[in-house]
Amino acid sequence: MAFRFRQHSVLPGFGLTLGFTVFYLSLLLLLPVAALLFYTLQMPWVDFWATVSHPQVVESYKLSFGASLIGALINLVFGALVAWVLVRYEFPGRRVVDALVDLPFAMPTAVAGIALVTLYASTGWIGQYIDAFGVRIAYTQLGVIVALTYIGLPFVVRTVQPVLRDMAPELEEASAIMGASRFTTLRRVVLPTLLPALLTGFAMAFARAVGEYGSVVFISGNIPYTTEITPLLIVAKAEQYDYRGAAAIGTVMLVAAFALLLMINALQWWSTRRHTQR
Amino acid sequence: MSIEIDNVSRRFGDFAAVDNVSLSLPQGELTALLGPSGSGKTTLLRIIAGLERPDHGTVKFHGEDTTDVHVSDRGVGFVFQHYALFKHMTVFENVAYGLKVKPRRVRPNQAEIHRRVKKLLELVQLDWTAHRYPSQLSGGQRQRIALARALAVEPKVLLLDEPFGALDAKVRAELRRWLRRLHDEIHVTSVFVTHDQEEALEVSDRVVVMNHGRVEQEGSPREVYDHPANPFVYGFLGQVNLFRGRVSGGWAEIGGVRLPAPEHRDVSDAGAVAYIRPHDIELVEEEITGEGVIRAVVETVSIAGAVLRVELRHGLGDDLLHVEVPRDQPVAQTLQAGQVVYARPKQSRVFLQ
Repeated sequence: MAFRFRQHSVLPGFGLTLGFTVFYLSLLLLLPVAALLFYTLQMPWVDFWATVSHPQVVESYKLSFGASLIGALINLVFGALVAWVLVRYEFPGRRVVDALVDLPFAMPTAVAGIALVTLYASTGWIGQYIDAFGVRIAYTQLGVIVALTYIGLPFVVRTVQPVLRDMAPELEEASAIMGASRFTTLRRVVLPTLLPALLTGFAMAFARAVGEYGSVVFISGNIPYTTEITPLLIVAKAEQYDYRGAAAIGTVMLVAAFALLLMINALQWWSTRRHTQR
Repeated sequence: MSIEIDNVSRRFGDFAAVDNVSLSLPQGELTALLGPSGSGKTTLLRIIAGLERPDHGTVKFHGEDTTDVHVSDRGVGFVFQHYALFKHMTVFENVAYGLKVKPRRVRPNQAEIHRRVKKLLELVQLDWTAHRYPSQLSGGQRQRIALARALAVEPKVLLLDEPFGALDAKVRAELRRWLRRLHDEIHVTSVFVTHDQEEALEVSDRVVVMNHGRVEQEGSPREVYDHPANPFVYGFLGQVNLFRGRVSGGWAEIGGVRLPAPEHRDVSDAGAVAYIRPHDIELVEEEITGEGVIRAVVETVSIAGAVLRVELRHGLGDDLLHVEVPRDQPVAQTLQAGQVVYARPKQSRVFLQ
């Protein structure tokens, strides 16, 4: 069977729109990525390997991906909760809370970073009380997680909200009438319906956290081998005019992030496909 | 399981959705709650189900007060207008849901669940769809699955909210006959909500006509259709021709036409409205005289299955007179627009105003 590109539609313009899409994405995405890869390829293999497998760099990968993952997981749970409250309940100030959710998008990340340090430093408003329990947040890996959780908050909320709003209340009612407890209804009816949206939000929050720089560098303290995130090392290399080294680490991050996103996308595709298969 | 509803009211803000309704629904009967939208029929059904709490009044199942029993403990089956099937589960999983969520000690084992789901799917004649997803089924099939799912928990009471409302006319007619046969088979006390009088009259054992949150009339389909208690019921149960006039000494005067109103024998000179159903009017081509004969001119003639639908202009008012003529009558062969005919009501009903 021949593969059909064109499909008849009342809104023509397939050629034009696809052409524009390819051009636009090339300009904005492919070109910089290609330049990065090209630049890296000029580097001798031995140098490349030495740069990207340096213990200090390897530690930073662990922190960057690990903290991003934890941050995204925290957002998965609490973002879903925030979305639930915003959609399901009427309360005074709901619109204000709804608007607040987007703040991490709008606020300059450096401002957020400084604000977080002020709060969580051992002399800060919150930090001093937590310090009493022997837990330190500022200048530790915990601080990195806090910052990455903060900047990823809006994603899960914003992806889950519309799906939750469109979800027919009859589904929950049907489940309850058949004798299911509230928890069972949540687990077997509500969560599976929200799963694709949850996964999308999770993937976005994770991707955003992996690339985050501004808000982290203040609270992390940037201690080599412990609280250095990979983007920080890239910036440090660039500042020392080691553009090749920066590009090499960038390439590794790019490939890793892309692979992870692809995996999450596949998971998401599977979860939506499961109940719409023909 | 019989259902007794005592003085139930439910308000939404200023709007009285259900206004002091008392009803008694006998065991094993199929009852239709019939009314226009906003008449409170769905709210009443949801109160019976426990999805809605009444502001006042009680609901009893077989004499036992269930007003405060949580919806998940009531043992009712509920079918929603838009099916409310779980999209992420197969047909089998949907039907099995009510059995699988039972507490462990009363939950049937896998084999038993399998057997019961299979039996239910056979009952709704859809056993071949077990491994499909709801999105792969037609509307009529989905509603039958929803019914099987509701029956899986062996409910004491089956409630259906506009079960055929989202289906097209042909599937709807088929499905309601099928529901009637199914009910004759399983005999569970059932209540269904509808705004379609034909559906209510055809399917149910009892019809409860509702309007503005109140019960206007209840009775068998024949009782409510043949002896409507008031103008609302008369008008809602089918098409009507309506004439305003005055009633005096057992006769209603409308323009120069007199219609019998023996039930108002003792009334003298009161405002009244006379109702005549389209199929209760006879059309005659040759001139006739008589108390109730209306001279009229044919405006349009259209075919509606076994009857001709005729609209006529007449001297008694501006509204067209609607008449249904069986197509096997001689007059049906020759009727055409512009023709003068004489309409003789065979039956009419007069309500005082």
